[in-house]
Amino acid sequence: MPWDRNAIAARAAEEIPAGSVVNLGIGLPTMVANYLPEGHDVWLHTENGILGMGPFPYEGEADPQIINAGKQTVTVAQGGSCFDSATSFTMIRGGHVDLAILGAMQVGANGDLANWAIPGGRVMGIGGAMDLAAGARRILVLTKHLTKKGEPKLVQDANYPLTAKGVVNRIITDLAVIDVTDEGFRLVECAAGVTPKEVADATGAPLAGV
Amino acid sequence: MNGRHRDKVKQTPAEALEGLTDGARIMVGGFGLCGNAEALIRAVVASGARNLTLISNNAGNMGQGLAAWLKADIVRKIVCTYVGNNEDLHQAMAGGIIDVQIVPQGTFVERMRAAGAGIPAFYTPTGVGTVVAEGKEVREFGGREYLLEEALFADYALVRAHKADPFGNVRFWRTARNFAPIMATAATTTIVEAYLLVPLGAIYPDDVYLPGVFVHRVVEVTEHEDPFEYETTRPRPSAAGAAEGSA
Repeated sequence: MPWDRNAIAARAAEEIPAGSVVNLGIGLPTMVANYLPEGHDVWLHTENGILGMGPFPYEGEADPQIINAGKQTVTVAQGGSCFDSATSFTMIRGGHVDLAILGAMQVGANGDLANWAIPGGRVMGIGGAMDLAAGARRILVLTKHLTKKGEPKLVQDANYPLTAKGVVNRIITDLAVIDVTDEGFRLVECAAGVTPKEVADATGAPLAGV
Repeated sequence: MNGRHRDKVKQTPAEALEGLTDGARIMVGGFGLCGNAEALIRAVVASGARNLTLISNNAGNMGQGLAAWLKADIVRKIVCTYVGNNEDLHQAMAGGIIDVQIVPQGTFVERMRAAGAGIPAFYTPTGVGTVVAEGKEVREFGGREYLLEEALFADYALVRAHKADPFGNVRFWRTARNFAPIMATAATTTIVEAYLLVPLGAIYPDDVYLPGVFVHRVVEVTEHEDPFEYETTRPRPSAAGAAEGSA
């Protein structure tokens, strides 16, 4: 059985070292926060200006001036701080963020990341994606293995507009955990009940370790 | 003879915008609708100024905030980082009326920081090998490629403050700060819309986040809508649950 969104988020939470600074992208990556172990000392960074982001506020306590990068109301955890955007991107671009967990439209076998525009599609904008992809120390991508049309998102050469070149370290999909190595994609782990051959068949480039 | 730092307090948003002309380049603080100088945004529409260049992260959303400028058709060019579900901006882009430049967010703010700090250009790793690099100088430092990006200036910056004093010292509130203190440094005239105007000395020196040298006009506006974009909450633990938890 492939992993559902919750299972992908739970598996991604295992990738987060205790005591690290982590930026969670919009959408599926945001759900990883629900699976962090108690007392794990993870400092969540949101590029609009919080280090030490807490959970959603209790009903009736939301402040429209305390939001995450997805413009959802959040809280500031004990020990958290608020700052301006230049400071926030100093953290990102300067390599002070240990891990960024991002979504993807395509990942190339060389680690190229495309996650901001589909050719011919509606332009959504870049936001913080290019800075996070270029600046975070480690890039973990969470995505479905195939597009809605059934095409592989893991490809030999990404041909969507790139976010950054050669930056992706690891990918967690509904089918598997895959590393990007100097030799291309390498299978690390399959979702329960998924065979290595099924993962290789759904991948648009050679997959080592099958 | 008066220096630039006397008589900064203005009575109304319209008075604070005095001198605004057609074709002005205006930075507006805010991350989406969070931290908008709402009264100044409305007053720009009322001023009748047109053909503006808007420099702002989102250019409004959900028909609110800076979307009013798009609806009033007073913007000719936009520099922003994200469009998202801003239907007014999508329509303006589709109509081809407005020239929209989309910039990576860290580059966007660093270009303004550079402008305010007297640095004409800088190299950044962000955008190398992407459409953002088109037409830009690429240079290698320590075996890695970087793009040359230029400073971004404006005639005006409109920013929201939590507290400001008559010199223009500012303290912000939570994530309403975002681009505001950086934009303030990059504009010829910075106008602060403060929730509270407080006397000199009321903000502790260590709590002044934006020093008054970067601020030229201050107007107090205590009524703000502060609309939610996405009000996300979690259920409060029940009294019974809380009692169990404390046992």
